[in-house]
Amino acid sequence: MDAYEKLKTARKNGRPTGEAYVTELFTDTLELHGDRRFADDLAIMAGVGFLGKYPVTYIAMEKGTDLQSRMVRNFGCPKPEGYRKALRLMKQAEKFHRPVICFVDTLGAYPGADAEERGQGQAIAESIMEMMGLHTPVISVVIGEGGSGGALALASANKVYILEHAVYSVISPEGCASILWKEATQENVAKATECLHITAEDMKALGVAEAVIEEDFDNFSEMCRGIKQRLIKSLDKLTALSDEELLAQRYQRFRSFGNFDQTNK
Amino acid sequence: MGFFNELVGKVNGSAKIKCKKCSYEDSAYNLIKNYYICPSCGHYYRLSGRDRIALIADKKTFKEQDSKLVSKDFLEFPGYQDKLEKAKSTTKENDAVVCGTMKIDGRECAVFVMDSRFMMASMGSVVGEKITRLFEYATANMLPVIGFTASGGARMQEGVISLMQMAKVSGAVKNHSNAGLLYITVLTDPTTGGVTASFAMQGDIILAEPKALVGFAGRRVVEQTTKSQLPDNFQSAEFLMEHGFVDALVPRPEMRDTLSRLLKIHEGRA
Repeated sequence: MDAYEKLKTARKNGRPTGEAYVTELFTDTLELHGDRRFADDLAIMAGVGFLGKYPVTYIAMEKGTDLQSRMVRNFGCPKPEGYRKALRLMKQAEKFHRPVICFVDTLGAYPGADAEERGQGQAIAESIMEMMGLHTPVISVVIGEGGSGGALALASANKVYILEHAVYSVISPEGCASILWKEATQENVAKATECLHITAEDMKALGVAEAVIEEDFDNFSEMCRGIKQRLIKSLDKLTALSDEELLAQRYQRFRSFGNFDQTNK
Repeated sequence: MGFFNELVGKVNGSAKIKCKKCSYEDSAYNLIKNYYICPSCGHYYRLSGRDRIALIADKKTFKEQDSKLVSKDFLEFPGYQDKLEKAKSTTKENDAVVCGTMKIDGRECAVFVMDSRFMMASMGSVVGEKITRLFEYATANMLPVIGFTASGGARMQEGVISLMQMAKVSGAVKNHSNAGLLYITVLTDPTTGGVTASFAMQGDIILAEPKALVGFAGRRVVEQTTKSQLPDNFQSAEFLMEHGFVDALVPRPEMRDTLSRLLKIHEGRA
């Protein structure tokens, strides 16, 4: 499969969305709603429950699975109130020392006039900054599309995993193609997809993801059992760290990204 | 007006410069005296990093840091190397941000200024690294940080690594904040995308230059999404002010005094 085919696979209807993982992975869940400031954004579903023996807070982007639910979920494009709900529940998780598990699946943060009015940039900025300083373990799993800042707002984590055919990108290949080559023709989009390096293997190679998770949607429950084992193993390690070590690990994880040279001019 | 001689020294004072907004022509000499604001229509000219610092810093107090970091085309992205070379030769800078320390009315602070002439001040590894190092330096040395933002967003030619710079810088801002230190951002035209969605909006105090374009998504994308006419002032500094995302609009001639006052108020806490 080339990068463009992977992009199409990551976006394909019928691919399990956030809610499916929440249902499979966690027990005794209760969904929690609202940002306490403006509204409840259904592009993000969040709540509390157990991951094995661990009480956790889960935060999942949800695209919807049919036309009606996609409309309700705004196609998984969160608005500022979605990020503010997520941040509220992350701070709550911090208070009760329970880990946070995030599922990332969005084309990007919603680019509507209302979202701009309510500070989409500020909401994402605050989420990233607070995640970088969160005194509890955070693990993010990119399950479909990791679209730019809107994805990073739930992925400034201690560990990041990515599904085999999921993608993660600084800009949508369509956006990239139309900026650089004027038109987002299929050919240009395919080229942009290639150039941007957005596949799961790219993420592993660049260190943006710790590991790639194999997909087996025909045996989804079994696949999720594997994910659950992996998350629990990660939490065993992360919860053994001191607060200081945990924050240092997260800081160093992101501190190391960057590829540049030194000149004498 | 301490900046005047420094800026005039760099240009031909009698050269005519045309305003991009209203086409009014004036001499560089007059424009500099007017802080690079069009005397006819009030348009704010975009400034280079160094000119910006000259307008703000006490004379000869700016000490640059990390000026020698240069971007690398590590993804072999089509056209990136050419764009870098072109930007370097037109701006005489190594990348899109100038960082260092300076004094304002004798009070020391760390400063970064983004330069929109360099690939629209897009943020790649070098911009992220320099600003991160600046915050780390400021935290270690108990200095406040003043940041002038301008950016088209993350530098897509560096792929997802440019996206990661947002979290990298944010982590350094968070540590600086946790140390009880002051961070002032000044939003200048244009501040958009990943820079808006990270350190531009993380200041303790967020100032903006009048009429600066500030937003997350591009206007065209918003128009397509919303399928309606957007107000003229959409994503202007005034629009952000109205919606509660900016502390104060500060005209360029008052910027230095405003920053000086804020540093004074936070003195002792650094």
